[in-house]
Amino acid sequence: MNRFLIPLGVFVLLAAVLAIGIEHSPDKGLIASPLLGKPAPAFALPNLTNPAQLVRSADLKGHWYLLNVWGTWCGECRAEHEALLQVRRAGTVPLIGLDWKDDDSQARTWLTQLGNPYESVAVDASGREAIEWGVYGAPETFLVNPQGIVVYKHIGAFTQETWTKEILPRVSMAAASGS
Amino acid sequence: MRRAPRVLGVAALLAVATALALDTTQMPDPALQARYIALTHELRCMQCQNESLADSPVDLAADLRREVREQLLAGKTDAQVREWMAARYGDFILFRPRYSWRNAWLWGAPPILLLVGAFVAWRTVRQRTMLLAADDAPLDEDGRA
Repeated sequence: MNRFLIPLGVFVLLAAVLAIGIEHSPDKGLIASPLLGKPAPAFALPNLTNPAQLVRSADLKGHWYLLNVWGTWCGECRAEHEALLQVRRAGTVPLIGLDWKDDDSQARTWLTQLGNPYESVAVDASGREAIEWGVYGAPETFLVNPQGIVVYKHIGAFTQETWTKEILPRVSMAAASGS
Repeated sequence: MRRAPRVLGVAALLAVATALALDTTQMPDPALQARYIALTHELRCMQCQNESLADSPVDLAADLRREVREQLLAGKTDAQVREWMAARYGDFILFRPRYSWRNAWLWGAPPILLLVGAFVAWRTVRQRTMLLAADDAPLDEDGRA
């Protein structure tokens, strides 16, 4: 009896370790962001629709915002555009765009043709700002709280479900507890 | 059959072409160049994930190589560059895992398993030698050990 119990125990242990490994495998898509729970990177970048102005993180303090990393070269960004427009219509949380390594005039055309879901769009021509946020593919969306802390990161196309299941509960829970 | 060598030739040329075109960065001195090459080989391209920054043709890898170059030129140490990358992309960007409590088992498990294996081997060998010793013992009058 004991002869089989030990190998069986070892097998179960090994299976558990491997199962945890597979569950947390980055191949499943999500690489946990080290930014979660930390202050959002400070930035001051040219405004896409009004290049004379700057979009500044300092101006965003004091209320919730979503930072959406996109580009006209990104197919998934087109797929999520309708969901972003709905966020804009809901009006609960402002969307700030980060136009990542893009052509400015193409980006402006995109917003005119498809509609503009953003309160303002910051231009990241060099790609340095995206690196500060640990972005490794567009689209990515960050939820930042009034204290300027990153509380959630969504990787891939933003959907209606992301909004109702991930964003709204976080924002309204904080509102209910008075922060 | 006659085609095969030509196809191989083209393939070889393409391989050489991409290898040459990918990263032509030249650092001002050989020591910096060596550190640059070492660092870009031990940092992961987050987009392709199984390639290093040095091997990856994607845009983001080029941007991150630019960071490595500029930070080395600014006099940062290798550890500072790694730290900077991990602060933004997590430990996942480091092909060589760091020592930390979270992955202590990663470093601790091999020696522990080695000790367990050594103990099992020692016990088995001892049991066998005891059996052999019993075999060698002179038989008693009934012919039993």
